[in-house]
Amino acid sequence: MAIEFMYPEYEVLRDPDRCIRCRVCERQCANEVHTYLPEKDRMISDDLKCVNCHRCATLCPTRAIKIVKSPHTFKENANWGQKEITEIYKQASSGGVLLSSMGNPEKYPVYFDKMLLNASQVTNPSIDPLREPMETRVFLGGKTHEIKRDENGRLIPIKRVKLELSMPVMFSAMSYGSISYNAHESLARAARELGIFYNTGEGGLHEDFYQYGSNTIVQVASGRFGVHKKYLDTAAAIEIKIGQGAKPGIGGHLPGEKIVGDVSRTRMVPEGADAISPAPHHDIYSIEDLRQLVYSLKEATNYTKPVFVKIAAVHNIAAIASGIARSGADVIAIDGFRGGTGAAPTRIRDNVGIPIELALASVDTRLREEGIRDRVSLVVAGSIRSSADVFKAVALGADACYIGTAALLALGCHLCRTCQTGRCNWGIATQRPDLVKRLNPDLGYQRLVNLLTAWNHEIKELMGGMGINSIESLKGNRLMLRGVGLTQKELDILGIKHAGE
Amino acid sequence: MNDTVIEGQVRIPSGCAISGIFSRSGKRFSGESIIRSIEVMHDRSNGLGGGFAGYGIYPEYKDYYAFHIFYDTLKAKRDCEEFLERHFDIINLSKIPTTKVKEITNEPLIWRYFVLPLPTKLSESQLTEEEFVVKSVFRINTDIEGAYIFSSGKNMGVFKAVGFPEDVGRFYRLDEYEGYCFTAHGRYPTNTPGWWGGAHPFALLDYSIVHNGEISSYDANRRAIEMYGYKCTLQTDTEVITYIFDYLHRKVGLTLGEIASVVAAPFWQTIGQMDAPERERHEYLRNMFASQLITGPFSILVGFSGGLMALNDRLKLRSMVVGQKDDMVYMASEESAIRIIEPDLDWIRSPRGGEAVIVTLDKNASEV
Repeated sequence: MAIEFMYPEYEVLRDPDRCIRCRVCERQCANEVHTYLPEKDRMISDDLKCVNCHRCATLCPTRAIKIVKSPHTFKENANWGQKEITEIYKQASSGGVLLSSMGNPEKYPVYFDKMLLNASQVTNPSIDPLREPMETRVFLGGKTHEIKRDENGRLIPIKRVKLELSMPVMFSAMSYGSISYNAHESLARAARELGIFYNTGEGGLHEDFYQYGSNTIVQVASGRFGVHKKYLDTAAAIEIKIGQGAKPGIGGHLPGEKIVGDVSRTRMVPEGADAISPAPHHDIYSIEDLRQLVYSLKEATNYTKPVFVKIAAVHNIAAIASGIARSGADVIAIDGFRGGTGAAPTRIRDNVGIPIELALASVDTRLREEGIRDRVSLVVAGSIRSSADVFKAVALGADACYIGTAALLALGCHLCRTCQTGRCNWGIATQRPDLVKRLNPDLGYQRLVNLLTAWNHEIKELMGGMGINSIESLKGNRLMLRGVGLTQKELDILGIKHAGE
Repeated sequence: MNDTVIEGQVRIPSGCAISGIFSRSGKRFSGESIIRSIEVMHDRSNGLGGGFAGYGIYPEYKDYYAFHIFYDTLKAKRDCEEFLERHFDIINLSKIPTTKVKEITNEPLIWRYFVLPLPTKLSESQLTEEEFVVKSVFRINTDIEGAYIFSSGKNMGVFKAVGFPEDVGRFYRLDEYEGYCFTAHGRYPTNTPGWWGGAHPFALLDYSIVHNGEISSYDANRRAIEMYGYKCTLQTDTEVITYIFDYLHRKVGLTLGEIASVVAAPFWQTIGQMDAPERERHEYLRNMFASQLITGPFSILVGFSGGLMALNDRLKLRSMVVGQKDDMVYMASEESAIRIIEPDLDWIRSPRGGEAVIVTLDKNASEV
């Protein structure tokens, strides 16, 4: 129907003088945007299929291609924007729920960008990280201040399950299935080299990657895909996934076409069958049930591994986190409303949940008020975009951060937000062998190592500038933050002062 | 109080001078020498705060808590005394003797009480005696406007004011006190007229701290220690350091040496070179007490019953030297502050960053 026609949002512009008809763009585009017309010796494009992933533009040897936003628009309207109108057309046509990928792209405030950091001047010295040790090592897990001594009065170190991280960043949960084998390999090898951890997500752990077990957090989600004794035993820690920031309150759905070969075996789901994660865990309908699952997993692994509980940042987050802290969990992972995903209903992604900065601040404050902050570590996610975000999160009270989207960007993702199609031209969010092989794990892992090495340098510079030489002295050090352009209410929730105060 | 913003309403960084004298044999000496010592470092203060702590100065009341209290108003005094009478047995009370010194002005009412918790109140509270005292001190300092307890230990006392430390010493007639240990502090705050309560030493029970530095970990330390029932009402570094020591020493039960390994922890690099048991112990302390690590420049003297401890930050970003002559141990920001009172030292040295120097009374020290 004519009314369903939507003029493409992006146009492929090709400079005919530059184009040498090498047809690289045609071969590289899984969306089949580019076609060669032999009779005219010309390349043409179907802009409608273009997702603006830049694969063709980056690989064009003569830089003949660029993707531009189409100037074709609806009549300007401050209320009915292009997005609102086209979504109506889509739903009027399909009768279905709209799907999207990656994190909430809408114009909500980013509180990280409204907080500024402190530095030393005169009254105490800044510290040069190139000259003095600058420590970013963190431990995750509960702490106890009870002490024991032997008969000679010497301290006996009390052993608590913990994870040791060389810096306060980890790779967050992305399942094998939602991302490719090569992406997983890159994450696992980078985690090992960096002395941090990556997270399997809910898709099980491919047996090739058991060798990275000591740098692996395995996830137990509502679908229990790929969960078995060896899976738990191999890992350094276990994460119970209650929710994720991109889609709080709902489950997951990996379509049957992605359940092929190794993905099927790893998930323990028959080939071609949809893998559906229920919205709740059907053995957790309340907080006391969570405690049972925490302890079941601890029992199953003989109390040798920390148990994480991952939740999405929702309105009542402080009370929920307090409940989890009392449930025996060692680490609470909180995922903000900007958190990414391989596929989520658009309405959920764009409208449910709260910003991670506010969630983190209120959880940290609440746990301190209740005197139970030491019982758990806090890991935050969704979305951490730079070392400055990590730094501000730690200053607000986080022990560490998870990064997902940032890691995928390092691997080549161009944030075209169409993971749900499974045709990722960068070999990340796809299971098509011809596409997967485009991501070379030897290069991919090195880029991840580079990224976090760079971030760690930056974290050390920022620490040194404020005269802090160990990351634990930054944790919860909110005096190092000042707000700009925030209301008193926002400042109160963040527990910070305004710039100039 | 007038309209000026005081400690507790604003966080005020300050530089400083510190000095301490300790007699291992427990021999009591006059407070005069500590005044001379701190006076040498006059330029390290700016006249906005000075103070002293003396140990062994109240032998006749050594079993009682000595509360030194500033009152802004007579009403504050009445309210506070009413509270004290309800909760404590007051054995003695008096004004703290002072001399008019032209440099010291705007003095509050300064009173001293020797007290013990009332047995009935104490048993009702289900607290230890010390915890009862701490809670009472916090309550008065936060709830009774214009009353401020700045010293609450046994057989020790803090004397402090706005002014240069040598003037403060003469104001309090410190030369008339005798003790086995004295510490002193001259303050260089950066932006305030100063408040008497904000001067140092800062004390809780018999712990007293004089501190030179500005710690960068302040808010991390503050927010952590406030979880354990402390209230950082002054927003000063010294206050939070005192609470950390009180918490780790009295409540958790760490030794002072272990506390040094927590607050001025060795670097991971150094820990990695230790032999296995030592390495495990340090790793354990750093992990479990991560929020009590103090970063940024500090040199502190921690006075406690029967001992004195000196500690620098892990990078030694503030000067501090320790010297000895016979049974006397001297600790100060500058060597000159020691030489002025004891030119002929057995030895003098500069402790490394994070190295705790702890002196205690000899076993056969005279009864104090």
